[in-house]
Amino acid sequence: MNDPERISSAVPVGAAAPDRAPIQPAAPAPAPRPGEPAAASGRAEAVGRRREILYFALRDRKVLVGLGILIVFVAAAVVGPLIRPGDPDAFVGPMAAAPSREWWFGTTTFGQDVFAQFVYGVGSTFLVGLFGGGLAALIGMTVGFVAGYRGGVVDEILNMLTNVVLVIPTLALLLIAAAYLTARGVLVEAVFIGLTSWPWAARAIRAQTFSLNTREFVDLARLTGVPSWRVIFGEIAPNMGSYLFMTFILLFGGAILIAATLDFIGLGPTSGSSLGMMMYNAVAWSALQLGMWWWFIPPGLGITAIVGALYVMNVGLDEIFNPRLRKM
Amino acid sequence: MRRYFGRKLLIYGLTFFIAATIDWMIPRFMPGNPVQSLLSRSHVAPDAVPALIAYYNNLFGLDRPIWEQYLSFWGALLSGDLGRSVYLTGRPVTDVIMSAVPYTLALLVPAILLSWWAGNSFGAMAARRRWLDNAALPIGYILTATPYMWLAIVLAWILGFIFRLFPISGGYSYALEPTLTWTFVGSLFSHWFLPFASLFLVMFGGWAIGMRNMIIYELDADYSRYLEALGAPTRLVRKYAFRNAVLPQITGLALQLGVIVSGALVTEIVFSYPGIGKLTLAAIQNEDYFLLQGIFLFIIVGVLIANFLVDIAYVLVDPRTRVGMSGRSA
Repeated sequence: MNDPERISSAVPVGAAAPDRAPIQPAAPAPAPRPGEPAAASGRAEAVGRRREILYFALRDRKVLVGLGILIVFVAAAVVGPLIRPGDPDAFVGPMAAAPSREWWFGTTTFGQDVFAQFVYGVGSTFLVGLFGGGLAALIGMTVGFVAGYRGGVVDEILNMLTNVVLVIPTLALLLIAAAYLTARGVLVEAVFIGLTSWPWAARAIRAQTFSLNTREFVDLARLTGVPSWRVIFGEIAPNMGSYLFMTFILLFGGAILIAATLDFIGLGPTSGSSLGMMMYNAVAWSALQLGMWWWFIPPGLGITAIVGALYVMNVGLDEIFNPRLRKM
Repeated sequence: MRRYFGRKLLIYGLTFFIAATIDWMIPRFMPGNPVQSLLSRSHVAPDAVPALIAYYNNLFGLDRPIWEQYLSFWGALLSGDLGRSVYLTGRPVTDVIMSAVPYTLALLVPAILLSWWAGNSFGAMAARRRWLDNAALPIGYILTATPYMWLAIVLAWILGFIFRLFPISGGYSYALEPTLTWTFVGSLFSHWFLPFASLFLVMFGGWAIGMRNMIIYELDADYSRYLEALGAPTRLVRKYAFRNAVLPQITGLALQLGVIVSGALVTEIVFSYPGIGKLTLAAIQNEDYFLLQGIFLFIIVGVLIANFLVDIAYVLVDPRTRVGMSGRSA
């Protein structure tokens, strides 16, 4: 492991996928034409490029399928609670009823409405993904940019930190942290996940920053004497915008899977419901042995669909941002 | 090569130090007081509470200066003493964990190695044939997006509950005593198979996709094009591409270890498999913090050792690390 050269070479970022195996954004978008400062490239061209991306995005099957699935789930999370208002954990129906016209997803052993729990859980799944993935992206970008731009001792220290956090198994850390917190909300969970799942992103962004660092337009910006942060956010970041976006998508999906795992061990939010907790309850109350498939199939299927849609969308976006891949 | 390993060991040592320190810090600096919560669960008479708090503080050494607590924590840790499990009536935590470790390893090691091997071979094959690629890619993405526990639940439901092919609970039949007989070994195996299969499948999808993508990149690289231009047979080009594509996959294995371990934990919980995962759940449900902290350290040490093994494998596979070319990057 730890082979930055490997990462910065055109090959995708090693196999450093966030949560599972290597579905990484590939090389960054070849946006910068040599010697042409992105920031100064004129508004017209920026609009042109945005149009181009939109043009291909609306014709890429992977992006459309992924986006479609995500929209369906977001809609479910928004509209669902309106159809079934009230506490999703309330005991409202008959006990252990199979799906029917009245109870779309059936009820639990205690007569809770599985559909109400499901739509509520989808909502908190998106929340965890958004905040956990967002925080991880923020930390990863900061560490990656600073390490890659500054180099030297700063890079050494940040790199060491990254490597240490990278080796520590996220879940083990969360296990011990969450167990001692007696009141946990979805947001607390998201913060924990964000604080522990950034290292691979930091490493990937650092490598990209390294390779952009030596470009002429960055040198030029540096020569004009603007502060570092303006070089980073004005010159370097825009040129790997697509890469950053795809990194965020993967962190988003990763955060969802980590949250599901954490919930399933019984360390999820202490109030409210989530997809992982539904599975936890289903297994804890022997839904398997009782054959109550409607209790444990929907939550897992929801997570799989959401995360899968994110991954597929990511592959599609990769093809859009990297014209070389488009025909595959 | 010495530099490479030296640096790795430095990072691992530092990681262990930090992890152990976190392990020590969390109970002391998190909001809430473990002694309080211990007492609040055990229905003590109100006027006995202050005396008991003083007693427990003394027992756990919480009344001594912080630095002294820290030093004695390390002293105990290095002599293998992780405290005693509250929920298992005072058995040493190290013993409790040690009796669960074989089950977890028996699941993890074959699942990791086989899925890595099978996934990579399959991914390389898929990159070669278009129809296979079109079929394999969606399946791979679905598998890798599946939460470990859900695949475990689904397998248990279909193969265990509907078709009754495999038992879905425990490490061996409850009717048997652990002995070295064929019946017992058979029972062990049939209980082992489903958790193994679900771990294997999720990982398999990830490796297959990774390999497939990597091969396609490598086939686009200059050396591949050059070889092709020279008229080398496709088989040879593929072989070189594969060898280069395997390197990031090894790196990926090291990076995935943490996720894989957590996958194994939840899979065990689904099947009530008597490994570390089930122990973790029990520790959480019974608020057995010593046990939980011991498990945390065990997982860290296990992952560090596994990382080191992967590093050795990397050196064996990548000649550059051997001649010291990667001195800077190691």
